[in-house]
Amino acid sequence: MRETRWLPYALLLPATAFLLAFFLLPFIEVALNAFTPKGGGPFSLNHFRTMIGDWKFGPAVRNTFVLTLIIVPLQTILALALANLVMKVQRRADVLLYILTIPLGISDLAAGLIWLAIFEQTGYLNSILSGLGVIPGPQTILSYQNMWVLFAAVILAEVWRATAIMLVILVAGMGLIPREYYEAAEVFGASAWKRFLRITLPLLKPSLQTALILRTILAFEVFAIVAALAGTNLQVLMGETYAWQFDFQDNGVASAYALLILAISVGFTVLLLWALRDRTGVRA
Amino acid sequence: MKAMSLRNPVIRRNGNFLIGTAVVTACLWVLVPLYFLAVNALSSPKAVIGFPKPAVPQFNLESVHFFATYEGVATALLNSVLVAGLTMVLAIGLGAPAGYALARFDFPGKSAFRLVVLMTRAFPLPLLALPLTVLYIRTGLDDTALGLAFVHTTLALPFSILITASLFLSIPVELEEAAWTLGCTRIGAFRHIVLPLAVPGIAASAVFAFVTSWNEVFAAAVLTVQHRTLTAFLLQSLDVSPLPLKFAGAAALVLPTLIFLFAVRKYLFSLWGIANR
Amino acid sequence: MADIDIIGVAKTFGSYQALKTVDMHIADQEFMVLLGASGSGKTTLLRIIAGLEYANAGEVRIGGHRVDHLPPRSRGIAMVFQNYAVFPHMTVFENIAFGLRMQKILNTEVERRVKRAAGLLRIDQLLSRYSNQISGGQRQRVAVARALAVEPAVLLMDEPLSNLDALLRLEMRAELKGVLQESRTTTVYVTHDQVEAMSLADRIAVMHEGGIVQAASATEVYRDPATRFVGSFIGSPPMNFLPAERQAGGVAVVGRTFPAVAGQGALEFGIRPEDVVRAAEGLRGKVRVVEPLGPHQLVTLDIDGHLFRAVIENDHKIAPGETLVLAPRADRIRWFDRASGAAIH
Repeated sequence: MRETRWLPYALLLPATAFLLAFFLLPFIEVALNAFTPKGGGPFSLNHFRTMIGDWKFGPAVRNTFVLTLIIVPLQTILALALANLVMKVQRRADVLLYILTIPLGISDLAAGLIWLAIFEQTGYLNSILSGLGVIPGPQTILSYQNMWVLFAAVILAEVWRATAIMLVILVAGMGLIPREYYEAAEVFGASAWKRFLRITLPLLKPSLQTALILRTILAFEVFAIVAALAGTNLQVLMGETYAWQFDFQDNGVASAYALLILAISVGFTVLLLWALRDRTGVRA
Repeated sequence: MKAMSLRNPVIRRNGNFLIGTAVVTACLWVLVPLYFLAVNALSSPKAVIGFPKPAVPQFNLESVHFFATYEGVATALLNSVLVAGLTMVLAIGLGAPAGYALARFDFPGKSAFRLVVLMTRAFPLPLLALPLTVLYIRTGLDDTALGLAFVHTTLALPFSILITASLFLSIPVELEEAAWTLGCTRIGAFRHIVLPLAVPGIAASAVFAFVTSWNEVFAAAVLTVQHRTLTAFLLQSLDVSPLPLKFAGAAALVLPTLIFLFAVRKYLFSLWGIANR
Repeated sequence: MADIDIIGVAKTFGSYQALKTVDMHIADQEFMVLLGASGSGKTTLLRIIAGLEYANAGEVRIGGHRVDHLPPRSRGIAMVFQNYAVFPHMTVFENIAFGLRMQKILNTEVERRVKRAAGLLRIDQLLSRYSNQISGGQRQRVAVARALAVEPAVLLMDEPLSNLDALLRLEMRAELKGVLQESRTTTVYVTHDQVEAMSLADRIAVMHEGGIVQAASATEVYRDPATRFVGSFIGSPPMNFLPAERQAGGVAVVGRTFPAVAGQGALEFGIRPEDVVRAAEGLRGKVRVVEPLGPHQLVTLDIDGHLFRAVIENDHKIAPGETLVLAPRADRIRWFDRASGAAIH
């Protein structure tokens, strides 16, 4: 009908206008704020100097990268294994999938607090260990003296919470691989592991790409889980951003941090897009 | 031939056993921490701080009571509901029409729009709260539910658009065409044919938008001061809040989303998976 | 009066030309079949009549009124879709009633018309079911009943039988013909199945690459194809073609001479497999394959290097390797211009 010419644009207009106002413009402003010194004036790198000069900057960058580079690969492997499991299960696969994706609905703050209940001084880990006679009494696990414990706790909590994000994408991707491919491979003598390596993984590349990009970007935003488990003892980029904005009321430095996080996210996205690009033109 | 190995009953039984163990382990891995939370939330404050934790927990509503009556909690809960509700309405109101346009029409700029929508997920969206604080102060939106809802909508909108697009794609256009030949206008066909079929999916993505907003921490903490949401409240009181409060608060964060997501789980799997291509 | 006029209609999709200036007149109450392979433009033409597509040029008139700027609901048409498009969230009754409800017809009248349409299509006992509770064939009947219930001026059908299995298709074809003959509505029916076309149509419009090649009765299209394409498309097994050479006083076809044919230019000789008989004199070929098909034998021969099929009666067994002499029926020979493919009369 005639209105097909203008109707799609009319339908897109509200969403586009909204994204323009609340996405594009604010991000441009972040950039502006990062480079505008306090009290106005021309382009300046003051905020960045302050940011880098702060003693917490180095640890924040280091910690965020370490966390991301450990958590994401770990979760990818776990998600692949779980996705495989879900595909193999014959009955009640939907129940299994629901249980495994429960963490999707859980706020990262809540997840942090959940694992706090386990790691806390009077928490479940201590209770179980003391009950088994491994330790004499309640130990302070989450103290700044045990940095690697703090890391482990955060990694554990993050893996628990966010693997589901990758799982859902991978399960959907696996569902698209026709069974005939596996059957043919089986007939030609491929073992289960070989089938996974030669059929599943390659055909899963688009989904893997999406899952990795999504998860990596979210990983650099890690914030509330660290706050819940380690408070100010473990610095991460997002945490510093929050501190500068809210505690120190310094929008400029906070924006500098924001720009840094942005740059890292975009950088990794481009890297992952390039590394996992479709070289053969084959689509599942 | 190796293929015959799957027919071997011994290997099959072992395989099934392995799968069974894996399934049980995976489920326990997810459910046990939640169980601990539930126990903590439903114990007396003394038990929460006490050590060691009893093997068989004593259920007690004192912590819940403590939480509910703690200063600021009730309003925080209300604020969370308000912001999440606004986000839900905005995300669907803006997203569903866009999703319909993407599903039904081919037009210049379609792939560009799609790309922009996908690209928004490459950005750490909570950071948007930073520049918006200044803007909000000027426009009187600071520390308001609506202001925060706008940020959360930006978070939820891309999903809302893509999910509703794949939802509408799953409803054959022939159904609308048939309605047009039987006397319907475009709007009439949408109302009589598409909407009834789309309602479950739209409800699912509305719930998703609600949950996204409910769970969000960073922007809520930055943008709300007097009218804090539950997440902001819990975050900012981490230093001073007693343990029972923390755990009851976490339970309050978790419970609604569990219920909601269970109710719409059928649609979320199919829609989310497809939307992420 | 619900006659249809298609005047100079053309349609392109991007750079692809789906319809090239089509002109056609369909008389009131006529059953017109648009026959062609996929890509021939038949469905596009149907959708333009329906108002689901807009032509880039030309006019469409129904009952003398221009309709090409009107939406489907204002054209007095009803349509049966290839995949039936039965509304899954409504009962069969509500599906059939849908068009009537949109016209705000009173409940008693709605009920009467729905029951009548359901009775015609023999689905009265399914009225309270939903589409996922009935078979594909039944869904197809619901789609037809739904279209008939609104008593349209023009009925449009887009390959309604093509998703049914072979036996069901045969049954439905006969039933459909009976039902539609009774309703006496102008009908435009799209199909790629020539047997269906021949069985149902008052006239067949053979379409090829966006144009109508010939629009005539089934018999005429079969006996007097306007082009080589029509000759080869209609009829199973297809028409045989042999190269022909003009000579002084006649035309030579693989060594045999036939009376002269009007005009100039290279020729092709066309004859249908059933229009040849065994004779003493005629086209001579070597038998390659014999297929005993029950009522007759289908013999594939090699005539001077060309493939030739003949339908021969069953009484005398023919063996591969035999030499066969076939005389074509003089009145059934068709000549085609080799360059343009047009029939020469």
